[in-house]
Amino acid sequence: MVGQRKWNRRIAALVFLLPALIGLLAFQLVPMVSSVVISFSDWDLLSKWTQIHFIGWDNYAEVFKDEKSYTSIKNVFLFLIGYMPLITILGTLFAVLLNRNIRGIKFYRAAVFIPVITSWVAVSIVWRWLLNGQSGLINYLLFKLGIHGPIWLQDDHWALVAIIAVTIWKDIGFVSIILLAGLQDISEDYYEAADLDGASAWSKLWRITVPLLSPTLFFIVTISLINSFQLFDQVLIMTNGGPAGATSTIVEQVYKNAFQFNKMGFAAAQSWVLFLIIFTVTMIMQKLQRRWVVYER
Amino acid sequence: MKDRSSRLKSALTHLFLAAASIILVFPFVWMVSGAFKAKLEAVKMPPQFLPSHWNMDNFRQIEQFFPLYRFLLNSIGIAIATTIIQLLVCAMAAYVFAKIPFRGRQSVFILFLTTMMIPSQVTLVPLFILFSQTNLIDTYAGLILPGVFSAYGTFLMRQNIMTIPNELLEAAFIDGASYYRVFKSVILPLVKPTLAALTIFAFMSSWNNFLWPLIATNSKELMTLPLGLSKLQGKWSTEWNILMAGNVVSFIPIFVVYLFAQRYFIKGMTMTGIK
Repeated sequence: MVGQRKWNRRIAALVFLLPALIGLLAFQLVPMVSSVVISFSDWDLLSKWTQIHFIGWDNYAEVFKDEKSYTSIKNVFLFLIGYMPLITILGTLFAVLLNRNIRGIKFYRAAVFIPVITSWVAVSIVWRWLLNGQSGLINYLLFKLGIHGPIWLQDDHWALVAIIAVTIWKDIGFVSIILLAGLQDISEDYYEAADLDGASAWSKLWRITVPLLSPTLFFIVTISLINSFQLFDQVLIMTNGGPAGATSTIVEQVYKNAFQFNKMGFAAAQSWVLFLIIFTVTMIMQKLQRRWVVYER
Repeated sequence: MKDRSSRLKSALTHLFLAAASIILVFPFVWMVSGAFKAKLEAVKMPPQFLPSHWNMDNFRQIEQFFPLYRFLLNSIGIAIATTIIQLLVCAMAAYVFAKIPFRGRQSVFILFLTTMMIPSQVTLVPLFILFSQTNLIDTYAGLILPGVFSAYGTFLMRQNIMTIPNELLEAAFIDGASYYRVFKSVILPLVKPTLAALTIFAFMSSWNNFLWPLIATNSKELMTLPLGLSKLQGKWSTEWNILMAGNVVSFIPIFVVYLFAQRYFIKGMTMTGIK
C-alpha cells in the first residue's frame, strides 16, 4: 500500500515535470552545449551539420582581435556610464514624488508607465522622427530656444547620447514603479521617530530612505546592468549600430555576424565572451553589495 | 506656516510630475496625430500639431504592401498561445518542485535556476540551427515554442506554492483526490495573484519580442507587429505619417489592455521584476 503511494508520487512528479524538462532540454541545455561546440568551429550555416569543422580557439582569438567587438563592448560600457547613474537618481526622485499622497497621483502613476508597455520597435520609430535633423520636433524646440541642434542619430558624437536618453525615457516608469513598491515597504514609524527627534528632510533621506531602499536599488542596478548588456532593439531600429559603429552593441554584433555574415562560429564565440562579461560584472556587483546594501533584520 | 509649506511642496510635486508626464506621454500624442497626417504635413516646419483632415489614408496605403492587420492577429495569437502554455508548464513544474518530493529533485531544481543566468543571445545561434533543422523556421510553432519555457516563471510559482500549507493538500489526498485534482482545485486557485502577474509578464514579453521573430520568420504572413513595423521602416524610411500609422496599430491594443488591467501590470512588474 505504501509502495503504491510512493510509486504514484513518482509518476505524478514525472508527468507534471515533463513539459518543463523537455523545454529546459530543448531550448536551454542542448542549445547551450551546441553553442559551445559551434564556437570552436567555422560553421557557416550553409554546409551540413555533419561536415562541421573544428578550428580550436581561433574564433575566440579573432573576437579579441576584432576591432568591432571592442567598439561594441566599449559602447555598452559608455552606455552604462550615462544610463545607470541617471536612471537610478531620476527613478528614486520619481518614486519619492509618486509616493506622495496628492490629488491626481493615480494619473501620474499611470502616465509614467505608458512607455514601458510599448514595444521598443514602435517607440524607436517615433523617436527617430522626433530626433530627425530636418523634420524632428526636438530640433524645432531647440531652435525656438536659440539652439542649433545636432542631427542626433546620424551624428557620431550624439547618437549614443540619444540612445541613452531614449532608453531612460522608456525605462524610467519601470524603475520608478519598482522603487515605489520598495518605498511603500518602509514603515512610517521610522519617519515619525525621526520627526520627533527634529531630523531634517535631508537627513531623513540619507539615513532612512536610502539605506532602507538599498536592497531595491541593488535590484534595479542588477537588472539594468543585465539589460544594458543586451541592448539591441532600439539600436537596430534607430541607428542600426551607426554612424560608423558609434552605437554598435554586443548583441547587435552577434546578430549581424550570425545572420547577416553567416559567421555562426564567430558569433557563438562572441556571445560567450558577452556572457563572461555579464557574469564577471554581476559577480563584482554581488561582492560590492555588502558595502552599501542594508538588509533589515 | 506648516500648511503653507506643505501646499508649496505639493505644488512643486505637481509641477514636476506634470512636466515629467508630458515628456513621457507626448511622443504618443505626436504618434497618433502623425498617423493621420498627410505626407507633407508630417515634415512641415514649423510643425503642425494636428492633421488638417482626419482620414485613414495612411493605414490603407500600408495595407497595399503589408498585411498590417495580419501582423496584429499574429501578435495577438502568438502572445496568447505563448502565455497560456508557459503558465501551464511553469505551474506544473512548480507544483513538483514545491510539493512532490522525489530523489534528485534538488539537483533538477538547481539546473533550472542555473539557466536563468544564461543570456538569451548565447542560445540564439544554436536555437536557430535547431529550428531550421527541424523545419520550424517560418512556422507559428517556431515562433511560440521558444517562449513557453521560463525558468524564472517556474521559480516564482514555486516560491508561491511553497507557502501553501501541506495540511491543506493532505486533507484533499485523504478525501481521495488525485495529484491532478489537487493541482487543479487546490493549488491553482490559491496562486491566482502570481498567475495574474505572470500572465502580464509572459504576454508582454511575447508581444514586444523582436529579435526571435526577426530571425525565425521569412514570410510576411507570419510576421508579428514589431517585426512588421521594422519592415515598414525598411520601405518607408522617412515617411513618418505612414510609419506612425503602423505604430498606432501596434500601440492601441496593448494600451487598451493596460487601461483596463493597469493594477495587474504594475503588480506583475513589481512581482516579477521583469519588463
